Amino acid sequence: MASHTQALSRDPELLRVEQLSVRFGGIVALNKVNFTVQPGTITALIGPNGAGKTTAFNCITGFYKAHEGAIWLRDRDGQPQDMVQLQKGYFGGTHRVARAGIARTFQNIRLFSEMSVLENLLVAQHQLLNRNIISGIFQLPRFRASEAGALETARYWLKEVDLESSANLLAGSLPYGSQRRLEIARAMCTKPRLICLDEPAAGLNPRETEELAKLIQKLRGTHQVTVMVIEHDMSLVMGISDHVVVLNYGEVIASGPPDAVQKDPKVLSAYLGTEDEG
Amino acid sequence: MKQNFGKRLLGALAAGFVTLILCGPISGIRLDGYEFESQFKIPLLFAAAVTLLRLLSDFIPWERVQADSGELQPGPERFGALSRTAFALAIFLVAASLPLMGSKYLLSISIVALIYVLLGLGLNVVVGFAGLLDLGFVGFFAVGAYGYALGAKYLGLGFWGALPAAALTAGLFGAILGFPVLRMHGDYLAIVTLGFGEIIRLVLNNWLDFTGGPNGVDAPPPTFLGWEFKRSATQGGTPFHEVFHLDYSPLYLDSFVYLALLSVVGLSIYGVSRLRRMPIGRAWEALREDEIACRSLGLNHVAIKLSAFSIGASIGGLAGVFFAAYQGFVSPVSFTFFESALVLAIVVLGGMGSLVGVVLAALFLTLLPELLREFSDYRILVFGIAMVLIMIWRPRGLIRMRRPYFPQEGA
Ligand SMILES: Nc1ncnc2c1ncn2[C@@H]1O[C@H](COP(=O)(O)OP(=O)(O)OP(=O)(O)O)[C@@H](O)[C@H]1O
Ligand SMILES: [Mg+2]
Repeated sequence: MASHTQALSRDPELLRVEQLSVRFGGIVALNKVNFTVQPGTITALIGPNGAGKTTAFNCITGFYKAHEGAIWLRDRDGQPQDMVQLQKGYFGGTHRVARAGIARTFQNIRLFSEMSVLENLLVAQHQLLNRNIISGIFQLPRFRASEAGALETARYWLKEVDLESSANLLAGSLPYGSQRRLEIARAMCTKPRLICLDEPAAGLNPRETEELAKLIQKLRGTHQVTVMVIEHDMSLVMGISDHVVVLNYGEVIASGPPDAVQKDPKVLSAYLGTEDEG
Repeated sequence: MKQNFGKRLLGALAAGFVTLILCGPISGIRLDGYEFESQFKIPLLFAAAVTLLRLLSDFIPWERVQADSGELQPGPERFGALSRTAFALAIFLVAASLPLMGSKYLLSISIVALIYVLLGLGLNVVVGFAGLLDLGFVGFFAVGAYGYALGAKYLGLGFWGALPAAALTAGLFGAILGFPVLRMHGDYLAIVTLGFGEIIRLVLNNWLDFTGGPNGVDAPPPTFLGWEFKRSATQGGTPFHEVFHLDYSPLYLDSFVYLALLSVVGLSIYGVSRLRRMPIGRAWEALREDEIACRSLGLNHVAIKLSAFSIGASIGGLAGVFFAAYQGFVSPVSFTFFESALVLAIVVLGGMGSLVGVVLAALFLTLLPELLREFSDYRILVFGIAMVLIMIWRPRGLIRMRRPYFPQEGA
């Protein structure tokens, strides 16, 4: 019994990716990838272009079906749940993975551009709201309360990402940096336990990148979510992450704390393109 | 403020002038034998109405989005819920007093126009909100119309029973159509829905034993509380005029259909505008904007698509019941692709999602051809040119969809 508890405490990972393989025709995008994400950490996924980072995210968030392997997410009761299974069956799919507690942003921003900033955040709370048609048409008290709560959550997140003054603007009309922050706020409105950010700093200027780093740390610190982040900006990655996983040609070539990974010869050669890999 | 008013007056006058130029040649000239007879009363009236509306538009409580700045303006909230309700009620009462004018012609074209308003509202849910291009919408119209006619023939279904029954049946057909097209987008979706509309029409045309084929089916005129609106009772009720000791007038039936239809249109407008501010309506719009983002937020895109198809279809079904009840007869020729195209034109012209726009476009596209009767040979041509011009000038439709405005906290 004692050893069992010890095993749990030694290995309390939130997410475990096992032997994950994805192929697109002849291209092996991911080849037997293994890694874990500990709860309450910021884990970075790095690697050269085309290494398979986005593909790994797409598997974790249920957009691609892995050809092999499993993805375990610990549910709220601490039981591991297979995300790959959640996608299967006629009523399965990406949305069930999202409801299990994984939220994400996209490498190419995907906002609801013709809707207002606030509406974007309301849509994200869909699952948590009163969706009874009768209740909504007649604006019964239950419905009003649910909408008022949603609006409050939305405003809270607008404040967190510093977009309060843009509440009634169309999302598509925001400047690029604001769109990135709005996408993070929208993902957070689903109340996730794991948030996957795909290149959140792409296209940001240095000042915005600095603010983003603070925001990501706040997500982990104040809001208690576990963060996975794909990022090419090495100073950002090394500055905020607790754990780094390096992908190259669909394989994990290194993983560990940022300073150790940084010195790893395999990582250096992958980034510098020398030809001494085994 | 004063300067503002001057500017507004100028704008209003300009709008009136443009109306005069646009409408003058169309409705102002009549062919009388070999002579042109100019009639400037109608275009002048039009122009005056436009000028007045334009002038008053700032006092009319509806929301507007400023051209393309992306900034939403505080809309009706500025006017408060009470004045908005009063405004809606006033419009309804004005519209409801139309039968008092005592013109059968006016009533009949208004009924047709309102049927298209209803169709436009239904298709607007599918195309305008959910962004699913549906070219077979007339199929649901047919389901509603035949649902009433056949239901009356085989099941003895009455008009009031037929309304919910047709809405449900059409909604079911909407969901049935939804299933095979779940994975389709854009052009593919359009083609399949086009086929679906045609299949319904062909079945109605060829299933002689059940639907009467090309000969169509009779649909009984509507009744209300057992009153009938014909000269003599045929469905076991009492004629309306006898109950109230009035002289018979053929206007009674039209007035009744008109008022019932107007109420259903009013309720539908209310319902659809509520839906937009509910999670389901927001999800439709989000689906139109980005399906992948929707899925990443835990929204079940299958359920959302199906709900858009079936709610849109059930509104189309309601329109069908009124069509059948008013015509007293349905046959497959009323449900050709042209009708689908017309309803789609209404939605696109109205501004894809804007309810006010859809209502105005439906009235415009059904009443304009009536005003163009003298030009009946060129009607479709004028119609097409008008569409092209509007798409060039206002690619987003007459009225851009407004967004719910959320006032600042504590304000
Ligand atoms: N849907 C797809 N169909 C076919 N090939 C794909 C698909 N998605 C990714 N790939 C291929 O898989 C490989 C990995 O792509 P992925 O997008 O995961 O790279 P990445 O690490 O995110 O790169 P980047 O840093 O440029 O975003 C690439 O060779 C890419 O061409
Ligand atoms: Mg990528």
